[in-house]
Amino acid sequence: MSSFRAFVIKEFKQIYRDKRTLVVLFGMPMIMMILFGYAIRNEVENAQVVVLDASQDEVTRQLISKIDASNYFSVEGSIQRYDEIETLFQQGSVDEVLIFEADFARKLKRGGQPAVNVITDASNPNLAQLIQQYSSSIIIDFQQQWSANGGTGPGGISTHANMLFNPQLESVNLFVPGLIAVILMLISSLMTSISITREKEMGNMEILLVSPLRPMQIIIGKVLPYLVLSFVNVLTILALAQWAFGVPFQGSYGLFLLESVLFIFMALALGVLISTKAEDQQTAMMVSLAGLLLPTVLLSGFIFPISSMPMVLQWISNLIPARWFLVIVRSIMLKDSGLLFIWKETLILLAMTLGFIALSIRSFKVRLE
Amino acid sequence: MNPISVQNLNKSYGGVEALADISVEVEPNELFGFIGPDGAGKTSLFRILTTLLKPDSGEASVLGLDVVDDYRTIRTKLGYMPGQFALYEDLSVRENMDFFASVFGTTLEANYDLVAPIYSQLERFEDRLAGALSGGMKQKLALSCALIHKPELLVLDEPTTGVDAVSRQEFWQMLQQLKSQGITIIASTPYMDEAEQCDRVALIDNGHILNIDTPEQVARNFDQPLLAIKASSIYELIKKLRSYEWADSVQPFGEYVHYTDKREEPDISKLELYLTEQCGLSEVEIKSIEPDIEDSFMNLMQKEVT
Repeated sequence: MSSFRAFVIKEFKQIYRDKRTLVVLFGMPMIMMILFGYAIRNEVENAQVVVLDASQDEVTRQLISKIDASNYFSVEGSIQRYDEIETLFQQGSVDEVLIFEADFARKLKRGGQPAVNVITDASNPNLAQLIQQYSSSIIIDFQQQWSANGGTGPGGISTHANMLFNPQLESVNLFVPGLIAVILMLISSLMTSISITREKEMGNMEILLVSPLRPMQIIIGKVLPYLVLSFVNVLTILALAQWAFGVPFQGSYGLFLLESVLFIFMALALGVLISTKAEDQQTAMMVSLAGLLLPTVLLSGFIFPISSMPMVLQWISNLIPARWFLVIVRSIMLKDSGLLFIWKETLILLAMTLGFIALSIRSFKVRLE
Repeated sequence: MNPISVQNLNKSYGGVEALADISVEVEPNELFGFIGPDGAGKTSLFRILTTLLKPDSGEASVLGLDVVDDYRTIRTKLGYMPGQFALYEDLSVRENMDFFASVFGTTLEANYDLVAPIYSQLERFEDRLAGALSGGMKQKLALSCALIHKPELLVLDEPTTGVDAVSRQEFWQMLQQLKSQGITIIASTPYMDEAEQCDRVALIDNGHILNIDTPEQVARNFDQPLLAIKASSIYELIKKLRSYEWADSVQPFGEYVHYTDKREEPDISKLELYLTEQCGLSEVEIKSIEPDIEDSFMNLMQKEVT
C-alpha cells in the first residue's frame, strides 16, 4: 500500500510541476465557457423581416406590429410581388419574409386556418431554423390571444412544446451541459492517456513494471489525480454558469454531481484503454482528439441536434457516451428530472464505463510486448 | 543454484531473429559482462531476464525462479537499470530516491549504507531535478535507485553508454564495490575495453553467443601472431593490405591496422617491402603485438560470418 501511496504522491507532484499544463487544465474550462457564452451565440437578435401582406386587414397589421415589437425581429418593409423575394434574399439584406394569405382576417373569424408562409434564408441553416421557430411561436402566441379575446378559430399549440424548457432559446443554457461533457472528455481521457503513454515513451514504465507495483495500482494511481482535477472543473463550470451567465439550475445538485462522477469514470477508463493501445504520446493524443473529442462535439447533440442528422450518424451517435450524458445533464439542469426519468441513460453510461474498464484491464500489458 | 541460468533461449520479432539458442550460466557473486555491438541482442536478453519479454522457446530462470511463470516474484527481487535513462526528470534527485524506495517498501535511511558510496556523490544536488543532471550523474542516480531495495541481482543494460570515459571508469569501480558486498551483477556494454572489468564475459553478436570466458582467456584464444601496422594513409594501407596475397584479416584499430597472416609466421620484411616498394606507401611501421579481447572478438565475428 505504501508503494501505491508513493505513486499517487508522485503523480500529483508531476502534475503540479507542469505549470503550463496546469494553466491549460484550469484555464480551458473558463475560456471555453466565455467563448461559448459570449462569442458563439445562437440567438436571434433583430432579424430583418420583410412582409408580403396580401390581405392588408386589421389582423395582419396587428400580427406584423407584434412581430416588429419583439426584440428578435424588426420589420424592414413590405413588398407586393412574389418575384421580389428571391432578389431580396440574394442581396442578403433580409433574414425572413412573411407572406400573409389574402382574406386573412375573414378566414380566421370564420374559424378557418389562414396561412402564414415563413420563408427564411437557409444558407445559414441554424439561424434559419431558429428564426422560423421564433416567428411561429409569436404567431401561435398571437393566435391564442386572439381566441382568448373572443375571436374564434382553433389555437395552434403544436410547436409550443419545443420551447417549453428554454423559452428564450438561450444558447448558453444549452451549451453548458455540452461544455461539461467536452471538458471532462478532454481532461479525463486525453490527459490520462497522454500521461500513461508518457511513462511508456520515457521508459519509466520499464522500471515500474520491474517493481512490486501491480498494474492495477499503476492505473489507479494515474487516474486518481485526474478524477480530482475533473471534478474541480465541473464545479468551476457550474459556478461560472450560474453566477456569470445566470443559467438556471432546476434540479438536484447531488444527482448532477453523481452523474458527472460517473461520466468522469467513463472518460478515465476510455483514456486508460487508449493508453494500453497507443505506443507514444502523439498517437494517444491523435486518437483522443480525433476519436473522442470531435465526435463528442459533433455527434453528441452538443451543437447539432441529433434529430437533424442522417440516419447513419444517428446510429453512430448512440455509441457516443456524451450523447447520453447530455440528455442527463439537460434534464437535471433545465427540467429538474429525478433519477426516475434518466435511469435509462445512466444505465447506458454505467454499462459503457464497466465495459471500458474490463477492456482496459484485459489489454494492459504486464510485459513490454 | 545459479542466479541466472539460461538454456537454449530463442526470441524473434516478426521473423527477425534477435536471440538464437542462447545458453549461459551466471554464478553467484559474479560480475558478468555481455559484450557486443548494437543490435547484437543484449537488450532482448536482458528484457527476458527481467521478465519484460517472453522468450519464444527455451528456459530461463533468475534467482531460481522461472521468468515466465514467476515473473511477479522476480520483479520484487531484481534491481534493474534499463538502457534508456528511466527516472523522472521532473522530480528532484531526492524525490526519485524516495519514490523508488517507497515503491519497494523501504526508505533511503534504511538502506543508506548500501547506496552511500554512490549516492553520497549526488547528495550535493539532492534538490536538483533529475533532468538537469549530467550523463554520469544520471547513471549514478539510476544505479542508486536500482539498488535501494537491496536486490540480490543487479541487471544493468548498457549502463555506461553516453557517459564520458572518466565516469565510465568510476562506474565500474562502483560495481566492483557492490560485488564485494555479495551482489551478483550482470551488465551489458558495447565497449570492448570494459570487458576487463568483468569476472567473465559473454561475447554476443547477431543473437549468438560466440564465447563465454574470463577476459584474459578470451584474449588468449586468439592464437595467431598479430601485427600492428601504421602508414601515412590508413585508407590506402587497408586497401593494399586486403589485396596482399597472404592477408588473412585486416582490421582498423585507431591509428593502427591489425593484421594477421595466412601463414604460421608472417614475413615482416617482405610485407614491409610490399607496402613501401610495390605500393609506394610512406612512413610504414610494422610491429608485433599481443592480441587483446577486441582482436579476439573481431576474429570470432569473422569466423561466424564465414
